[in-house]
Amino acid sequence: MNNLLKPNQATPVCDTDKMELVSKGSLSKFDMNEILNCMHCGFCLPACPTYRQMGMEFASPRGRIALMKGVAKEELAVDAEFEHHMNLCLGCRACETACPAGVPYGSLVETAREMVEDQKRDSAKPSVMKTVVFDKLFKNPQRFKQLGTALWAAQSVGLQTLADKTGLIKVLPRPMAEMQKAVDKIASPIARKKREPVMKSGQANALKIGFFSGCIMDVMFFETNQATASLLQKAGCDVLFVQEQVCCGALHAHAGEKDGAIELAKRNIEAFEQAEVDFIVNNAGGCGSALKEYHHWFHDQPEWQQRAMNFVAKMRDANELLAELPPLTFSKRIEAKVTYQDSCHLAHGQGVRNQPRQLIQRIPGVEYIEMNDADSCCGSAGIYNITNYEMSMDILDDKMKQVEQTKAHYIVTTNPGCLLQMKNGIIRAGLQGKMEAMHVMDLLARAL
Amino acid sequence: MITQELKDQLVSIVGTRFYLDSNNERYAYSYDATPLYQSMPDAVIVPGTTEEVAQILKLANEYRIPIIPRGSGTNLAGGTVPVEGGIVLHLSRFNQIYEIDRENFTATLGPGVVTSELHQAVEAQGLFYPPDPGSMHISTMGGNMAQCAGGMRGLKYGVTKDYIMGLEYVLPSGEILRCGGKNVKDVAGYDMTRLMVGSEGTLGIITEMTVKLLPLPETKRTLIAYYSNLLDAARTVEKTITSKIIPATMEFMDQATMRVVDDFVKLGLPLEMKSMLLIEQDGTEQEVDRDIEQIAEIARAQGAKIVEVAQTPQEGERLMVARRSALAALSRLRPTTILEDATVPRSKLAEIVEEIERIADKYQLQMCTFGHAGDGNLHPTCMTDERDTEEIKRVEQAFEEIFLAAIRMGGTITGEHGVGMAKMDYLGLKVGEAGLDLMKRLKAAFDPNGIMNPGKMFANSDRRRVVVKQ
Ligand SMILES: Cc1cc2nc3c(=O)[nH]c(=O)nc-3n(C[C@H](O)[C@H](O)[C@H](O)COP(=O)(O)OP(=O)(O)OC[C@H]3O[C@@H](n4cnc5c(N)ncnc54)[C@H](O)[C@@H]3O)c2cc1C
Ligand code: SF4
Ligand code: SF4
Repeated sequence: MNNLLKPNQATPVCDTDKMELVSKGSLSKFDMNEILNCMHCGFCLPACPTYRQMGMEFASPRGRIALMKGVAKEELAVDAEFEHHMNLCLGCRACETACPAGVPYGSLVETAREMVEDQKRDSAKPSVMKTVVFDKLFKNPQRFKQLGTALWAAQSVGLQTLADKTGLIKVLPRPMAEMQKAVDKIASPIARKKREPVMKSGQANALKIGFFSGCIMDVMFFETNQATASLLQKAGCDVLFVQEQVCCGALHAHAGEKDGAIELAKRNIEAFEQAEVDFIVNNAGGCGSALKEYHHWFHDQPEWQQRAMNFVAKMRDANELLAELPPLTFSKRIEAKVTYQDSCHLAHGQGVRNQPRQLIQRIPGVEYIEMNDADSCCGSAGIYNITNYEMSMDILDDKMKQVEQTKAHYIVTTNPGCLLQMKNGIIRAGLQGKMEAMHVMDLLARAL
Repeated sequence: MITQELKDQLVSIVGTRFYLDSNNERYAYSYDATPLYQSMPDAVIVPGTTEEVAQILKLANEYRIPIIPRGSGTNLAGGTVPVEGGIVLHLSRFNQIYEIDRENFTATLGPGVVTSELHQAVEAQGLFYPPDPGSMHISTMGGNMAQCAGGMRGLKYGVTKDYIMGLEYVLPSGEILRCGGKNVKDVAGYDMTRLMVGSEGTLGIITEMTVKLLPLPETKRTLIAYYSNLLDAARTVEKTITSKIIPATMEFMDQATMRVVDDFVKLGLPLEMKSMLLIEQDGTEQEVDRDIEQIAEIARAQGAKIVEVAQTPQEGERLMVARRSALAALSRLRPTTILEDATVPRSKLAEIVEEIERIADKYQLQMCTFGHAGDGNLHPTCMTDERDTEEIKRVEQAFEEIFLAAIRMGGTITGEHGVGMAKMDYLGLKVGEAGLDLMKRLKAAFDPNGIMNPGKMFANSDRRRVVVKQ
């Protein structure tokens, strides 16, 4: 351990000389200005789900930023403990919404994780995150479709076989076992093959939409993607399923695999450039927030940065676009109480809060009930419910108390991870049969 | 130093989960909200009961280990920085409200309860706990008590000390004591409750508190007034009060603050104006309407160029946005934001604001002033960069001049943030040598071995400046 601030120093001041040195030098990847922007006020503490669970400073945004500052000043090492604290963060970015100083926490924590990965690469010791995400589960984003087929096959023959065939159960016993209970029956490979590559609205001057289908989303929630496309079509758009697209790279970026993320971003930018669309639309908050930040990934590649900016300018969440287009006409009523759980990356990441609420309230028959702390993370947070199972379930159980209070028939959300988590939450809270978790787009489509 | 043997004993009191001493864990407790101060503790303990606190204190006292009590670490005086190492005692687990007594108008709670959670709990029963520091969604009641926190409603309702009725506290000897209680009248001996309030963790650990409540006011209304000079704003404050109207809130912003805020929130403030006042009154509908109208008249008579009265509570909220975003806007300008709280008698308001402007100019610093005009409690705020040693030195000198000016005008070095480390070199200016000496003797009576939050409140050398290493 290198020079920690020693107690018993006669003058306990921050070592300004050293900081200057670090901010100039290339000792860490952190932007010292971004770190110093944090004035330690603590406004972010009550917004942070992990702080609320643990009540300890190192589980808070302010604490994590302080640890990063420690690393940047070389007072702390990038070691297993640091990795642990960075991984305990959900990445929900509720702290960014709460922060008066505009500290870009999301990008700071990504940099921290990137440094952890760099360190591991150097020492050839894979991190927990990497083992779980990239080697065991998602080895290669393209394999999602195959995984989808395996899941479908397994679901057809029964869960036990799934566990044996995929070997997943050995790696991740409890989380996956619970998740499996929550997964809906997924679409068969044949159904997926039958998708029309273009869905025309039949209107002249229709907006041309490039649909970003997402890798997990397209496998686990194929029907939701179809529903979204139908809604857009009904709203007067031509919807194009761009074939060459790949995974958005969000999981890679959050896990510190920046190089992999950048590769994926380039392929997506190219694919959608060629498709020549007016807007790029997706329906998963987590992917959307990464897609809208592509330009931040290319600071040292000006040409790509410009192309990324063009891409980002066209990006819309499906809720965002549908709320702007002429209102949909619904032919069915849904007589039910509905509540909404924000997707962190939609609310805190993209600032999209009102649009899904408006769309839900336009459905005839729906009684909308706002839930307390709706914009506080459900604990799903990408793959957090796999890497930090216990904490994730504690957060989920607290969330379900709020959900239950609304007495809603439908708990609606807009991200595959959140949706799975809510489905699991319903099982954990024993609310099966009384309540159903659903994607906004599916609920809207049901009333068409 | 905590030896293995001592560590084992401490762990046996709270369990491994609540004894923390890894590098990262200690590092996260090396700072609070005060810019520029940082120092590592040897360990962090998160006790769960008064009994545990007593056992920990007794051991620490025996081994001469410093104890630094901590709530949410939002104080702005360096009060929870473990400057001499030792154990940070984080009281976050004392977060229960034990009782809301509707007959006696009191609440009894643990020191780890967050201020705004107490607000919510009592307001749900039509009751009211007025102190509302800007940090109320984060700060704990224990921290509020130990710093005697103020807030926007200070003018009409007073500050934390006016609401603390009784305490349970633990001395370094391990004795558990109680003082005060639910009695409105209680003159049995010295007022230990008042002494503990504002003691900044240097006397003992508070483990339970009983606070006074009021009936919740029926309604409130807001008014905003803009002035082409400072004097007219200051005179409005004075005239309002001499007309026997005590508004709940009278907040002030200078032109520099208005500019920064408007740039950030785009409110369309009239930026040619020199200052603005935000005034809020609460009470029954009739009283509130009458007072707000009268204040509007006073403001106009004193030369306010524009006076806006909110017609609905929502509109009032909108007007308050400017004041609420002040800190946020200022903090985005430069990496480091240093906020002080020099306070003067109300009648000196214009004078001190002008003095602050002059001093900022002299030292070539970017300073904005806003704050609680009704209490003369201002927040001259300096935007700087902690990496610029030379500039930080000028900041230091400027603040020293501001403190001296405040004292000269019959004011004080700190209205609500406390002394801690940030102002310990100036305490003598306010209380005098004899005053300092008596305070030290009082402390020795509570804490003979000096383990309670050492290095705070009293400068232990003739070092004049604390911020920058010479
Ligand atoms: C953005 C911002 C706005 C602020 N606005 C205001 C304001 O309007 N008015 C105001 O007065 N202050 C304000 N403050 C300062 C600060 O919030 C207050 O001083 C608050 O009371 C501190 O509470 P805390 O729980 O964070 O205590 P901490 O900072 O953790 O501790 C404060 C002091 O109390 C001691 N202490 C804590 N708990 C105990 C205990 N149980 N027993 C004994 N000692 C204890 C500590 O040792 C320390 O000396 C503001 C701060 C910030 C960051
Ligand atoms: S709210 Fe922002 S400035 Fe304040 S402690 Fe959190 S990250 Fe830092
Ligand atoms: S991203 Fe979420 S979990 Fe992480 S520090 Fe911010 S609020 Fe806490």
